[in-house]
Amino acid sequence: MVDHLPALQVVVPLMSAPVIVLLRRPAIAWLVATAACFAAFAIAVTLALTVAESGTVSYAIGSWEPPWGIEYRVDALSAFMLVLVAGTAALVMPYARRSVAAEVPEHQAYLFYAMYCLCVAGLLGMTITGDVFNVFVFLEISSLSTYVLIALGRGRRALLAALQYLIVGTIGATFYVIGIGLLYLVTGSLNFVDIAVQLEGVTEKRPVLAALAFITVGLGLKLALFPLHQWLPNAYAYAPSVVTTFLAATATKVSVYVLVRFYFLVFAPLQALEGVPVGAVLVALSAAAILAMSLVAVFQPDLKRMFAYSSVAQIGYITLGLGVANEAALTGSLAHLVNHGVTKCALFLLVGGIVVRGGDTSFASLAGLGRRMPWTSFGIVIAGLSLIGVPATAGFTSKWYLIAGAVEQGSWWIVALLVAGSLIAVAYVWRFVEVAYLAPAPAGAAVHEPPWSMRIPQAVAVALCVVLGLFTAFNVGYARRAVDLLLGGSQ
Amino acid sequence: MGHYAYFVAIFLMVAGLYITIARGNLVKKLVGLSIFQTSVYLLYIAPGKLIGATAPIVAPQFTTYSNPLPHVLILTAIVVGVATLALGLALVVRIREAYGSIEEDQILAQDQDGDGADASR
Repeated sequence: MVDHLPALQVVVPLMSAPVIVLLRRPAIAWLVATAACFAAFAIAVTLALTVAESGTVSYAIGSWEPPWGIEYRVDALSAFMLVLVAGTAALVMPYARRSVAAEVPEHQAYLFYAMYCLCVAGLLGMTITGDVFNVFVFLEISSLSTYVLIALGRGRRALLAALQYLIVGTIGATFYVIGIGLLYLVTGSLNFVDIAVQLEGVTEKRPVLAALAFITVGLGLKLALFPLHQWLPNAYAYAPSVVTTFLAATATKVSVYVLVRFYFLVFAPLQALEGVPVGAVLVALSAAAILAMSLVAVFQPDLKRMFAYSSVAQIGYITLGLGVANEAALTGSLAHLVNHGVTKCALFLLVGGIVVRGGDTSFASLAGLGRRMPWTSFGIVIAGLSLIGVPATAGFTSKWYLIAGAVEQGSWWIVALLVAGSLIAVAYVWRFVEVAYLAPAPAGAAVHEPPWSMRIPQAVAVALCVVLGLFTAFNVGYARRAVDLLLGGSQ
Repeated sequence: MGHYAYFVAIFLMVAGLYITIARGNLVKKLVGLSIFQTSVYLLYIAPGKLIGATAPIVAPQFTTYSNPLPHVLILTAIVVGVATLALGLALVVRIREAYGSIEEDQILAQDQDGDGADASR
């Protein structure tokens, strides 16, 4: 049983989806999905502890030995991501019951939970697999279920946002397939580790370079790397709150993780790619993302949309660290995967609470929210501080490492950029403070917080924003171990 | 001309991508997307075939075999492509019901005029 945990990590949520479709009743569907997500979380934690104790776990699917068979590989990096994905999935589920009941028609609720489980299975699969084509299959499982989840949002704009994402997402996934196809033609292998070994002897530069370009653009579309982010704001703004929360915390992060694997474990050690300015391109795009998207966020008329644009900017911080690519910057990047995941999870959970009680998240209707929903507003301010990167919050630790990495490289303009990005974040978080606390509440407004089943996950997420800033053993500790793995591979 | 299979694949790839981006009709966009995906199937399958080789069944009279793995991979990719197209068309049907149009410019114009966010489902 314990030996098969890597397979069960994916199989449990995957198989619960058809079970949910057969059971149909919303309450039971919710129960099965919750059980599956908590089971996945327990498995992820167990695997992470095993990896911390005894090193990389390799699991051959169907006992076909890698590199011929499909390998599931849990190392310091993927264990870290598994805990983030499964943890978010489990944290969101108790919250989902009331939120979904308020936002999704009752006869579609079971489909919602089935798709949610498929999406979780897809993202966990992308994280755990050691096979590049398997990544594509799981990418499509998670993407197709995501399109359905977004289309379940209220109003017809959700349909358009879902179709827009479907087209862009499919182009991205197909670019990725072209990239790995080229790698397969060069190496004859589909296993991450084996491709890296086979590529060492390759002197032909062109197909490898083309593969790098296709994989970068393909995954760039999925992770909303500026300027390939156009699908994200609409998808986040019109999807049901639970979906926005889950996607913001995990989906883009898993694509970043796959990109990290390719860059540092497959491409970085290659002699053939010396002199190719991958890092410089990433840094330039990330810098544009941080500045442009933070500024766009300031001028959004809607709270949910504002945080969606801020997500694109925050992804910029993560890719910035990948571009700088020294030890401190990478630690910052990987820690920011978790820190930003937790922060955005908290923010969108709180925004979802406003939707349940008021239904509208435009700034005009948030006036005096501090009096109507004091705890929710307080939570948004705390998570907002973490978004800015105020000391003693999660956002601070990762930005600290990013700045340290930039200083080490001598790129002072990156330091200035990081500070500028944080200052713009102050501006958009302040917009919320101004509307919620300084604008007068409409007459007759009473205190009306969301139900307890939603407040507890909200409180946990907000608390994590602070706890991860004070006790950095989980995020920075794991990030360090993952960085050792990434940079160790290149020497 | 040894690379003509690639020329065909890349022509289809670019044509499909162009249709997806340039056309305003949502169904045509999906057709373009489908052509784009299909071109990748060719990109995988063409190199797997060796001229004069047989299917990989071990028999004494044959010495060269084609690589079967790309076929298997593409079988999976075809399934993914079908699912994507089906889901895309289903979304277009829903969009047609909600907006009364499948032309992108008309749909966007409707959303600009009034706040139709909760008008219908």
